[in-house]
Amino acid sequence: MVEQRPLGAVVNHLVLIAGVAIVALPLYVGFVASTLSFDQVTSVPMQMTPGTHLVENYEAVLLHGSTAASKAPVGQMMWNSLVMALAIAIGKITISMLSAFAIVYFRFPLRKTCFWLIFVTLMLPVEVRILPTYKVVAELGMVDTYAGLTLPLIASATATFLFRQFFLTVPEELAEAARIDGAGPMRFFIDILLPLSRTSIAALFVIMFIYGWNQYLWPLLVTTREEMYTVVIGIKRMVAGGDALIEWQYVMATAMLALLPPAVVVLLMQRWFVKGLVDTEK
Amino acid sequence: MEKRVVFQSRWLPYALLAPQLAVTLVFFFWPASQALYWSLLIQDAFAARTQFVWFDNFRDLFNDPHYIASFQVTAVFSILVTVIGLTIALLLAVFADRVIRGARLYKTLLIWPYAVAAAVAAVLWVFLLNPTLGVLTHLLRALGYDWNYLLNARQALILIVITAVWKQISYNFLFFLAGLQSVPKSLIEAAAIDGAGPARRFWTIVFPMLSPTTFFLLVVNIVYAFFDTFAIVDAATSGGPVQATAILVFKVYQDGVQALDLGGSAAQSVVLMVVVIALTVAQFRFVERKVQY
Repeated sequence: MVEQRPLGAVVNHLVLIAGVAIVALPLYVGFVASTLSFDQVTSVPMQMTPGTHLVENYEAVLLHGSTAASKAPVGQMMWNSLVMALAIAIGKITISMLSAFAIVYFRFPLRKTCFWLIFVTLMLPVEVRILPTYKVVAELGMVDTYAGLTLPLIASATATFLFRQFFLTVPEELAEAARIDGAGPMRFFIDILLPLSRTSIAALFVIMFIYGWNQYLWPLLVTTREEMYTVVIGIKRMVAGGDALIEWQYVMATAMLALLPPAVVVLLMQRWFVKGLVDTEK
Repeated sequence: MEKRVVFQSRWLPYALLAPQLAVTLVFFFWPASQALYWSLLIQDAFAARTQFVWFDNFRDLFNDPHYIASFQVTAVFSILVTVIGLTIALLLAVFADRVIRGARLYKTLLIWPYAVAAAVAAVLWVFLLNPTLGVLTHLLRALGYDWNYLLNARQALILIVITAVWKQISYNFLFFLAGLQSVPKSLIEAAAIDGAGPARRFWTIVFPMLSPTTFFLLVVNIVYAFFDTFAIVDAATSGGPVQATAILVFKVYQDGVQALDLGGSAAQSVVLMVVVIALTVAQFRFVERKVQY
């Protein structure tokens, strides 16, 4: 920095601490609520220090679900969310690496057409074509299945684009050397391209895992049975009833459980997360 | 840019492309073309009779005061989310950029909301601002301000704006911080030697240098407010009270899934597709022209 003013540093920290505190407020209040009993949560004003019902509340939602609204155990919902997030992340990375490899390393008729067919999908978010997509999935008999939950979201061009950009920067000599040594294309892909792409894969994995875990509209439509709910949908179902019926201590415990896995992924893989954000937007 | 060295195979590239193309055709092109087709039809709720009506659905749409109102709500909502979100994020990023000790810790503490699902964020804020139990509601009442977003349209809009801004802060913050860190230090030092104070340096050097980042974030945030906020609206207000927070994506869902007006909903989808395509084109145009001094 240019000049060092002791007062300036104090102001900097104060502004940042205020920002962090405002950002963290809903998390803190939610956590406190998840440790209270029903009577404590519903008394106004609610206490602002954690209570003693933490284990009790979390055990209750994980194993039995809430008592009033959705009775499916949150443990099952967490499992569904995990399957969905992993399937979307791994599925997207796999199919887009393969197609990017084909587009970059081969010349074949209709190459440009294939590229554009994939590229235009960038333009339309699921929200826009939700009903017809639902109809297609229903006709294929995939409502309430993991396939129906994940496959429609795997079709996206972002990852293909990213890998295409990355493959284009891989030195020509590597492919040349591989060819001279008699390695076929798949051998080259597995032994050379795949190890080189490790950081791109990690970055993309973080972003896609969060994307998959946090999906809302699609699982809302495609899951009708409680045992197929993802945890995000489970929360929505818990608060859907009348105001008086909502057991906020269970809702908040579920909310904490729902945000924990993606938050841990972001914090532990922070470096790849930032790279992934920047890469997927360029 | 093209590769000089390529592999030869008659069938392999097609096999490699097959999974992605299959998924794209089945779950993307098929439904999208259905949406286009449906938007020209009128269908009764049980799909027993359909009638081809050309552009009647679109004409009805733009003659429908509810739809025009939804357009206005969406415009106000996305302007508020974008302006407030970018201002707060830029402020935090500027201060985080100046801090020497603890910069990484602040960054870590500011990026986690990105990981929170929009619906979960909505539930957290609904709890804070719940008309009967909310901690903040209690605070507001103590200050003499009556808060009930279930009855007051303006307050319902404020609730979804707060949630949407909160959720997007991490993203905007990270991009602003990266932008700030790429401003050459020598420029700032030169200005300081010439006697420009911190505020002057920010407005004459840093802010213009940030314009590509700002423009990029502007487009991303508008797209976010238009399309990615469905979960927030559905979980926080369900479009209420009396349609006051029914933004366009929510209305597509409401008219299509809940009211089963397939033609009308499909026409709305088509209008939204046009909006997305326009925004995407604008983004590419301007990114290429590099908004900067």
